[in-house]
Amino acid sequence: MKHLLSVADLSREEILSVLDTAVSMHEVQHRDVKKLPTLRGRTIINFFFEDSTRTRSSFEIAGKWLSADTINLTGKGTSVSKGESLRDTVLTIDAMGVDMMIVRHPASGAPMQIADWVGCSVVNAGDGTHEHPSQALLDAYSMRRALGDLEGRHVVIVGDLTHSRVLRSNLLCLQRLGAQVTLVAPPTLMPSGIDTWSGTDGFATSYDLDAVLPTADAVMMLRVQRERMSGGYFPTAKEYAVTYGLTKRRLGLLQDHAVICHPGPMNRGLEISADAADAARSLVLDQVSAGVAVRMSILYHLLAGEGSDQ
Amino acid sequence: MSAAQHAGPGRLVLSSDDINRAVRRIAHEILEANKGPEGLLLLGIPTRGAHLARRLGEALRQVEGTEVPVGSLDVTMYRDDLRSQPTRAVEPTDIPGDGVDGKVVVLVDDVLYSGRTVRSALDALADLGRPRAVRLAVLVDRGHRELPIRADYVGKNLPTSHSERVMVRLAEHDGVDAEGVRIAGPADRQGEGE
Repeated sequence: MKHLLSVADLSREEILSVLDTAVSMHEVQHRDVKKLPTLRGRTIINFFFEDSTRTRSSFEIAGKWLSADTINLTGKGTSVSKGESLRDTVLTIDAMGVDMMIVRHPASGAPMQIADWVGCSVVNAGDGTHEHPSQALLDAYSMRRALGDLEGRHVVIVGDLTHSRVLRSNLLCLQRLGAQVTLVAPPTLMPSGIDTWSGTDGFATSYDLDAVLPTADAVMMLRVQRERMSGGYFPTAKEYAVTYGLTKRRLGLLQDHAVICHPGPMNRGLEISADAADAARSLVLDQVSAGVAVRMSILYHLLAGEGSDQ
Repeated sequence: MSAAQHAGPGRLVLSSDDINRAVRRIAHEILEANKGPEGLLLLGIPTRGAHLARRLGEALRQVEGTEVPVGSLDVTMYRDDLRSQPTRAVEPTDIPGDGVDGKVVVLVDDVLYSGRTVRSALDALADLGRPRAVRLAVLVDRGHRELPIRADYVGKNLPTSHSERVMVRLAEHDGVDAEGVRIAGPADRQGEGE
């Protein structure tokens, strides 16, 4: 592995290797001295053209705990705002001799484009509405910790599927791990042509959340992304919360062992009620804690092994 | 042809019984040097070192009647050869009880060769705390050290050449029938261990 651009590039074995190594990285999180020497002398640039709290900080922490030098850049405050092209900006940074660029960009496909231009490793930390591979890996990690092997498990993904990059990565990842996936959304937020998505056969779609919850082993609530909407996808927030939110009533439909995930940030009272977000079966904070471990594992897989030298 | 040779390539140098005798002897040696089981902590280096550490813990329990804490210490992230090899899987590190501070840590591994794994383990231990002392127990010492490191407890000293392979197989990891230590020449390499 040189880049992590899409879950579609990962084999089942590679996914399992990342998840298994993350278990060992998770242990480091509970030590007094949270430092491994593995990536000493490596330089990682976090290049975020979009806002982010957990992804950027957890990549930065992951790099620091592996002893890499990590530097944060945002679109604002760099030469991008002076009109420099994306290509010139990333080539400039690449020329400084960095080993990895972790990129978030509002345009789908930007990290793939950058990977073609530069010599260093590139990690996709979320591109437009396309993919967010590290999020899918940490979701799978959290679910595996709670449920064990995901083979044959039923995972329900609910919410704003049209604008979700987490969805596409999660669908690919969960299917590689053998889970049965059902996607639930109002018709206006169900991506058009979703049944023709390549490499993702065998999932179900539904408009009826109540019907699928009783067989779910895990429910993943996706955020309603108001900033990507010009409106008109559903009449009112209240109506969305009643028909597609994980309300207190719907909690009662779940099996005893079923868990709740949300990649964050949450809109409490919209797609997820406070009762669900704070329930004992909610993995929301586990996901954040797992995020650092999984990202350490990703950095380790991309930068530590043979052939990672330029 | 000896009966054991069906279980793998190479010449059998330690049978399953030999391994268990060596583990028991090492248990006695550890207790003698430590004047009892107090303060001992066994840490095996995965994969097979961790299995050996558990066997050693069981042998100590049988001799002294008290439980000696046993854990595992993965050293992958501390290796100095990561960049010259394909990405290695990282095994769990499991430190039992209240950590390594003040303990007499006995590192357990299957084969002592260059000494670089042990060097990595010492670095890993330093990140976990400050043991009172660190000892090293190995099933096989095959020589060819590249660092100033020696074992305190050795199951068998096995003079080898660089081109030979020493293969340790343990029932817990490789199946009961495969158990044993074998030496193979460069001709019959296949699925070798350390």
